Amino acid sequence: MWVVLLTDFFLYLLLAGVALYVGFVLRTPHLRHAWRSVMTRRGGAVSVVALGFFAAIAILDSLHFHPRLEQPGAQVEYSNEILSVFDVLAGPLRTQVERTYSAPFAYHAHSKETRETPQGRIRVYPRLEYAGAHLADPEQERGWDITVRVLRGALLGAGVWGLLLLGVRLTRRLRGARPRAEGEAAIPWRSVAVTVLLILMLIGIVTQLAGAYHVFGTDKVGEDVLYQTLKSIRTGVLIGTLTTLIMLPFAIALGITAGYYRGWVDDVIQYIYITLNSIPGVLLIAAAILSLHVYLNAHADEYASLAERADLRLLFLCMILGLTSWTGLCRLLRGESLKLREHEYIQAAVAFGVSGPRILMRHILPNVMHIVLITVVLDFSGLVLAEAVLSYVDIGVDPSMNSWGNMINSARLEMSREPPVWWSLTASFVFMFALVLFANLLSDAVRDAFDPRVKR
Amino acid sequence: MIAYIIRRALYAIPILIGVNLLTFMLFFVVNSPEEVARLHLGDKYTTQEQVEAWKQEHGYDKPLLYNPEAAGLDSLTDTIFYTKSVRLFVFDFGNSDSGRNIGHDIRQRMWPSLAIAVPSLILGLLLNATLALMLAFFRASYLDVGGVVLCVILMSISSLFYIIGGQYLVGKLLQLVPISGYDTGFEAAKFLILPVIISVIYGIGSGTRWYRTLFLEEISKDYVRTARAKGLSEQWVLFRHVLRNALIPILTGVVVILPLLFMGSLITESFFGIPGLGSYTIDAIQRQDFSIVRAMVFLGTVLYILGLLLTDISYTLADPRIRLR
Repeated sequence: MWVVLLTDFFLYLLLAGVALYVGFVLRTPHLRHAWRSVMTRRGGAVSVVALGFFAAIAILDSLHFHPRLEQPGAQVEYSNEILSVFDVLAGPLRTQVERTYSAPFAYHAHSKETRETPQGRIRVYPRLEYAGAHLADPEQERGWDITVRVLRGALLGAGVWGLLLLGVRLTRRLRGARPRAEGEAAIPWRSVAVTVLLILMLIGIVTQLAGAYHVFGTDKVGEDVLYQTLKSIRTGVLIGTLTTLIMLPFAIALGITAGYYRGWVDDVIQYIYITLNSIPGVLLIAAAILSLHVYLNAHADEYASLAERADLRLLFLCMILGLTSWTGLCRLLRGESLKLREHEYIQAAVAFGVSGPRILMRHILPNVMHIVLITVVLDFSGLVLAEAVLSYVDIGVDPSMNSWGNMINSARLEMSREPPVWWSLTASFVFMFALVLFANLLSDAVRDAFDPRVKR
Repeated sequence: MIAYIIRRALYAIPILIGVNLLTFMLFFVVNSPEEVARLHLGDKYTTQEQVEAWKQEHGYDKPLLYNPEAAGLDSLTDTIFYTKSVRLFVFDFGNSDSGRNIGHDIRQRMWPSLAIAVPSLILGLLLNATLALMLAFFRASYLDVGGVVLCVILMSISSLFYIIGGQYLVGKLLQLVPISGYDTGFEAAKFLILPVIISVIYGIGSGTRWYRTLFLEEISKDYVRTARAKGLSEQWVLFRHVLRNALIPILTGVVVILPLLFMGSLITESFFGIPGLGSYTIDAIQRQDFSIVRAMVFLGTVLYILGLLLTDISYTLADPRIRLR
């Protein structure tokens, strides 16, 4: 039985919006040109592919349902638990839960346990329940087993990649390649292909290893760290995108209205955003989240499950982050509309008797969209980083939710253990770094392509 | 100039009133003091008497905006709004929910915050400007491209990783400095070195890239071409012309955050156990001490507005073309 959580709904809305935008870009020559120039940059093309991979995981993780309970009777019953399509695909990662900490690729636990034997008490590393359980003599066989699995996974990934490449080549051959226009730069297909190959090989290797080992070890309660960090992708992506989705309507509407109408409208809107902007961001977020705590505490009984409650908190966090971050965009748009309203074509529209709202929609809005786009892409990486910091301060997402911030938060204590438990930190670092880095690369490419002030 | 400053200070009043109303709404209207009391007292089975006692103890037992029972002016002053929010305007922060005087705490805790913030700011500024000038000198070479890529990579790492990584590497593996803590006087230095270094390193990525853009913008201007055309060496052009002109946006960017240095850095201070205002705020957030959070929001806003005012003034000092009216 499918469930649509609130954040899922907004994500679907966002996807619909992106689809509409892509359709619009394909029909509009100058936008198509600008996006093509994003893709001709190696950084831009590679990061589009890599971010697509992250987005795919986030979307798969957003298709939620109640699993059907296995029951002999005719009555169909659904479990109270909420799973996502990604959870099903992740299979063994989710279900193979050990008892406590274990290192990456380990076949025994991280710390010794006392066992009763006929010879007396001895301290041993207990074997793990799932990881490496298929090996009779793990010490001897493990290295070889891992090598074989890695090679098999890499070959599998390369094979899929080869088929994909063949398919693309064939369709291009059949449809006939479009001759490149004069002065148009080539899209670096080679870099794109290499990125796709790397991603496919990684997926292949991980699927081969996942059933037999914990690639990034396990955490305190024995949950697979790789699974946690993959689940965190959804949280990060949602925070990066929903926040802007929520703030965009306000920022755009208020920004261009203030710039176009000037006078008292401008004064009021400026007062609102200066006031909000004057409060240091973290403190405003803290204040808002604290009062949300009180609200949730007072209405604790109204939420069916922990997941829904965590979901509501995530949505609120996005709203509050949006509230603190819309002011910058609003200010930019106001400045730009102030400039635009003096242009001849707007004066002409006014002279023809076109109404104010219509001028805003038809003439001002399309001409400030490049600023909106640049800001949205630029904000994404900052928001992903902010989530980690906020979760560390306890004003981020719900502690029960998988997020990089929560992982780092627990890793802080784990690092001071002896020997240190480093894998939670490493896993969150690798994935978060990759997401933010690709987002930064993309935002550079987008800014270069869309910002008229950047000289080409 | 004086008239301008006075006018700007007057502009700040409606903003502060707005901030004050907003925090009042957040803490008292969206959530009634009753709910706050229940949150603090913990479990669901607290009796009504306990809640009332808590409210009385912390001064939340008054009506929100208007007290019909009190006579004359007291009907307005004997309210939560007056005692908790209006008093902030004279920097009377009152007591925290755990009963300590907030104003006293702030005065005591701002010094450790400054001890970290000021050296990090100065060192970071010098280092970033030097690196950026170097990249601008070797512009469009492999060094420049590599430097920019490195900046983007440094920017993509969360501040938490710098801190945890730095603490682990320097404090635990190499055992050079204590991991966390604080001391009075010059003894404090050994606790301050690591946080200062880490905040400087954390700022390199974005700082250097931003300054490099400023330098390159300046380099492409006409007066630089003229300077080169009359035969000045590249070093002379960079140091005497480009650096001096690019310093205007750099310095004004610094001035805006100067007052906020008092607030300290939330994350750094709490990780290194430094008793500054940043860790004060974090503790308050984690203990859900609303009085402290409200006081810090107000203080932060005042300092931010002060920073904007200082920025405008520093513009006139640095750039004679700008006149304030």
